[in-house]
Amino acid sequence: MGSVADLQPGGAATLTRPDPMLPRPCVVRRVHQDTRDTYTLELEPTDGAPLAWLPGQFTMLHAFGVGEAPISISGDPSRPDRIEHTVRNVGSVTAALVAAGPGTVLGVRGPFGTGWEVGKGRGSDVVVVAGGIGLAPLRPAILELIAHRADYDRVVLLYGARTPEDILFTDDLRAWAERDGIVVEVTVDNGQHAWRGRVGLVTQLVTRAGFDAARALALVCGPEVMMRYAAQALSDRGVRPERLRLSMERNMKCGVGLCGHCQLRELFLCVDGPVLGYDRLAPLMSRAEL
Amino acid sequence: MQTIAQYLPEHPFFAGLDTATTDLLAGCAVNIHIRADEFLFREGTPADHFYLLRHGRIAIEVRTPGPPMVLDTVEDGDVVGWSWVVPPYLWTFDGRAVTDTSAVAFDAACLRGKCLVNPLLGYDLMMRFVRLMNQRLQSARIRLIDLYGGTNG
Amino acid sequence: MAEEFGDTGSVDAKSTAPPVPQSNPQSIPPRTLDTAGLQALIDALAARRYTVIGPTVSGGAIVNAPIRTIDDLPRGWGDEQDAAHYRLRRRDDDAFFGFAAGAQSAKPVFFPTDELLWRGRRRRGEFTVEPESDGSSASTAGQGPYAMLGVRSCDLNAIAIHDRVLTGRVQADAHYAARREDAFIVSVSCTDPGGTCFCASMGTGPRPEGGPHARFDLSLTELLDGGIHRFVVEVGSERGAEVLADISAPPAPIDDLAAADEVASSAASRMSRTLDTDGLKELLYASAESPRWDDVASRCLACTNCTMVCPTCFCTTVNDVADLTGDVAERHRVWDSCFDSDFSYIHGGTVRDSTKSRYRQWMTHKLGSWIDQFGTSGCVGCGRCITWCPAAIDITAEAAALRGVPQPARPF
Repeated sequence: MGSVADLQPGGAATLTRPDPMLPRPCVVRRVHQDTRDTYTLELEPTDGAPLAWLPGQFTMLHAFGVGEAPISISGDPSRPDRIEHTVRNVGSVTAALVAAGPGTVLGVRGPFGTGWEVGKGRGSDVVVVAGGIGLAPLRPAILELIAHRADYDRVVLLYGARTPEDILFTDDLRAWAERDGIVVEVTVDNGQHAWRGRVGLVTQLVTRAGFDAARALALVCGPEVMMRYAAQALSDRGVRPERLRLSMERNMKCGVGLCGHCQLRELFLCVDGPVLGYDRLAPLMSRAEL
Repeated sequence: MQTIAQYLPEHPFFAGLDTATTDLLAGCAVNIHIRADEFLFREGTPADHFYLLRHGRIAIEVRTPGPPMVLDTVEDGDVVGWSWVVPPYLWTFDGRAVTDTSAVAFDAACLRGKCLVNPLLGYDLMMRFVRLMNQRLQSARIRLIDLYGGTNG
Repeated sequence: MAEEFGDTGSVDAKSTAPPVPQSNPQSIPPRTLDTAGLQALIDALAARRYTVIGPTVSGGAIVNAPIRTIDDLPRGWGDEQDAAHYRLRRRDDDAFFGFAAGAQSAKPVFFPTDELLWRGRRRRGEFTVEPESDGSSASTAGQGPYAMLGVRSCDLNAIAIHDRVLTGRVQADAHYAARREDAFIVSVSCTDPGGTCFCASMGTGPRPEGGPHARFDLSLTELLDGGIHRFVVEVGSERGAEVLADISAPPAPIDDLAAADEVASSAASRMSRTLDTDGLKELLYASAESPRWDDVASRCLACTNCTMVCPTCFCTTVNDVADLTGDVAERHRVWDSCFDSDFSYIHGGTVRDSTKSRYRQWMTHKLGSWIDQFGTSGCVGCGRCITWCPAAIDITAEAAALRGVPQPARPF
């Protein structure tokens, strides 16, 4: 008598539903090194069909035989033919992704998750607060703001990086400030003598920035500790919790609400998030180890 | 430009002080200007002043065998300097102007004397500086966690 | 009782139409099967190319395995269950289903511990994926859809919960869906609830009720009252009716229907544990900082037994493996557990590092946030997490403790 462990799946010989765990092959067209450990990959699906995505969404990016990682799309939403991902090398999967040169085929599943919903800021000020690699998921939102600049009042970007060498998208930052009507304030945790800019926490920039908090839309992304303090600072200034949107991060294995890893109490961050309002998140962020 | 006596009551750092006190503080203060890359104060020297920046940026730096490390920057409207409160009243870091800077310089040695004579004034000033130090300490501590840093954490 | 059916007590089974149980949408009255009939049912399912799976005795426990004859079933076996305690015992009758929740549920059949999702090959710098629904080139002769025999009401509810979790939301787990497709379910009413059962508290048993939360094709109630060893068979679907039509099963007499009801109500009154579910989600949410979590953490070993035996736990992880050449890779979906130390690992650290936070997560999810996510409790009251916990942690006792009910001194 065999055991259940020996059983092969029964039922239909082929799956009757599309398998969300099957990746789409995408070829790396370009790789740009942003900083010493961060690279931006530009991908194109091998079947040519564009990927429809919204700013704030992520894909599960797959390195053949190594594994997958959830990576936010960091590209221009008006260019769906180019899928850009900014990847920081922090583990075995991301190490394989950043080593993928042009011509390498990677797997893409997605896009998944909720987006920034930048349009909710029409007619008011928009404050974007980014910490470290958090600027990458916010880049599509900023590009969307710029594409419809007249729909928004003041647009302020507050960006904190570890050191001047870790600042991402320096060309974009300059263009946004000089050409696109965005107030860009950058600070670093510590700098060397040659750095002429600000040194200090990005949350300190929140207290000083010029925007009408009561009506503003705030978009925040970065390490969770930074987001917690930034959200508090924005709240203290009067930004309404439901207009204060954060992109949360948790361990993700499937991206489609099936594996259970990304749960934050009742929220599945891959389905209910990753972008969520502070009205829902505040009680969940204030507890340790939730 | 406003006189110091007109400027102080409008400044958040001094909010809540009566006119007599702000006049007293103004009486201990002068306007100064320094050029980019000049030092406002140097590590190890007597801390007989604190400063309120009207316009510009000061980098708080520490000298190293290599290039100096910038630990903090102080911007328009910020107050810099609390070594005048803590014995032995010596600056612990360098303060270098990143840009041309204008500031109000307070004679801290004089103020120390006034605080001894007028404990209420002393307490009030100390509380304001405690809040400032708290802000800077929190900022420094959080940056120590190195939230953005490290690979393969 | 005869009065409930509105007759005078002396009935002629052929001339009085029995009342229609609510669980039977097909309006087919219940039938009776004797033990030969049970074998005929197994044979009829096998003839329709089902792989029949049911309870068997193996390694001192009741486990699922393929069934060919009624002798494969645990005839005459019962069980003793308590916190951290499981033993089989010989019954003094030859009931086929005289035990409570077996070591597993239906979960490993529809949701295997390790499922191959796809295999990919890399050639000349590009790779192609071969989606597969079965694990290998194994022959599928006789491997048609599954027929589960002997599913308890708690596990029936758990299957419905898994259907909702795994196929009823944003995207479906395609492999689970394929295994569930065409599966045939023969459930059984519990006659002897176990020492850790509390399905009555959860509204999930002891009798399979049918309906959207507990669908069955056929459901059996075993009757051992000194007469013929027989089963009352309720029909829950058209498919069930068709299979029943393959074998000879006379209509069940009124007295047998009454006896089946009596079995169910007797079992419901013999639950060993209760769980007060009133306001439980809100209580759990509000108890995030309760000192009770430290207490349970001092006992919990984070061994993950509870999540493995729980019929509704569904967490998995993905393993990508390549062969030595690196040119062939497979992706597997394997069971995971929120008690695992790196379950919640992200760059920068593990969110739920302490055992306390992991136990809190499991219990709050199972009894609380599950309701916000899926509309029902995640617990079906099967008691397995209590039986199989080596530290004898009892989820019903923990819930009561959070409510402030003083707990009796523990034996250890």
